[in-house]
Amino acid sequence: MDFNWTIIGQSIAMLVFVWFTMKNIWPLLDAAIVERQEKIAEGLAAADRSQHDLELAQKSAAETMREAKEKAAELLDQAKKRHAEIVDQAKDDARDEASKIKAGAEAEIEQEVHRAREELRKQVSVLAVAGAEKILQRSIDASAQADILDSLVAEL
Amino acid sequence: MSAESSSGYIKHHLQNLQVCSTQEGWQFNTAENPTLCKGNFNAINVDSMFFSLLLGFVFLWMFRSAAKKATIGVPGKFQAFIELIIDFVGTNVNDTFHGKNRLIAPLGLTIFVWVYMMNLMDLIPVDWIPGLAHSIGIPFLKIVPSTDVNVTFAMSLSIFVLILFYSIKVKGIGGFTKELTMNPFNHWSLIWLNLILELSALIAKPISLSLRLFGNMYAGELIYILIAMMGLYQIPLHFGWSLLHVLVTFLQAFIFMMLTVVYLSLAHEDH
Repeated sequence: MDFNWTIIGQSIAMLVFVWFTMKNIWPLLDAAIVERQEKIAEGLAAADRSQHDLELAQKSAAETMREAKEKAAELLDQAKKRHAEIVDQAKDDARDEASKIKAGAEAEIEQEVHRAREELRKQVSVLAVAGAEKILQRSIDASAQADILDSLVAEL
Repeated sequence: MSAESSSGYIKHHLQNLQVCSTQEGWQFNTAENPTLCKGNFNAINVDSMFFSLLLGFVFLWMFRSAAKKATIGVPGKFQAFIELIIDFVGTNVNDTFHGKNRLIAPLGLTIFVWVYMMNLMDLIPVDWIPGLAHSIGIPFLKIVPSTDVNVTFAMSLSIFVLILFYSIKVKGIGGFTKELTMNPFNHWSLIWLNLILELSALIAKPISLSLRLFGNMYAGELIYILIAMMGLYQIPLHFGWSLLHVLVTFLQAFIFMMLTVVYLSLAHEDH
């Protein structure tokens, strides 16, 4: 335990060291550390935020996908319905057309029958007259009974 | 080794290189007269001064070069190491000291690193540097400054001055006087007892602070010297004691810093 000027010298040295540390070392390093801590905190927060954003985007993408599927299904349904409608319409049209054609054909047949009947009637009357002529040739003059024959033809 | 020469060896290793003013002017102590400066206040322990200042400047240079290059971006390994120490000290100071004072953290850092570096000199084998010095004609060299009572008391007394300064600055002279006289017994008739208790508590702070560090390091150094005299047995013993001493050096530096912060924190507390 021998005290001497060393204690004074050491005290001065310590005060100088502490002063230098306080002025030129601690503030710089402390500021750098604090600033970096803030930066890291910001980075972590940004990472969290982007993670959240990603989740939201995934959710909205899924939503969009689901909507699109629904829309497609709807369109498909509509198309099917429309298809059925068109087919039905075509069937109806065809049926109408067919009945129209049938009706036309029937009318033509009717007309043809009528005409044939008319022809037949004429020929029958001619035949009848011819027959009657043959029968009556021996006795009766055809021209004398022509009016009777005509009225007969008209009755047919 | 005889008793005579082993006691000489120990004494030689515990003798500072000193310079003091004598009747024949300033003189170094010599191998013939090792205790030339004993009891003379007009003396300087050259080895303590040299190694403590050297270590102090190494500390300042290391931290200053890290501080100059400090970036906010990704730190290099050296900067990360320095920041680790800064953060360690800063966390401990902030946990203990709740006032606002820009001095405390740098003070804690300086004390911690400086004391730790001075303690670490103890791990250099006891004969290496003194042996080198002897070969160039320096008779004594104590390379562990914290085994010099002057060094530890210089620090603790500087801290004591700071304790007094901040006590008076924060509490005022009246408040500080009241703290010394009206605690723990708040009655005028017991002022004398309070004064005895509080003053001894106050004075015990720097004394215990410096003697704790000095005692630990001096004892550690003494054991190294004793181990160094044991021939071949010293190899395992030296290794074992070094393992333990690594903890002691760190712990003592840490305790010195923490107690400094605690004492200054108490000085800032207004009752």
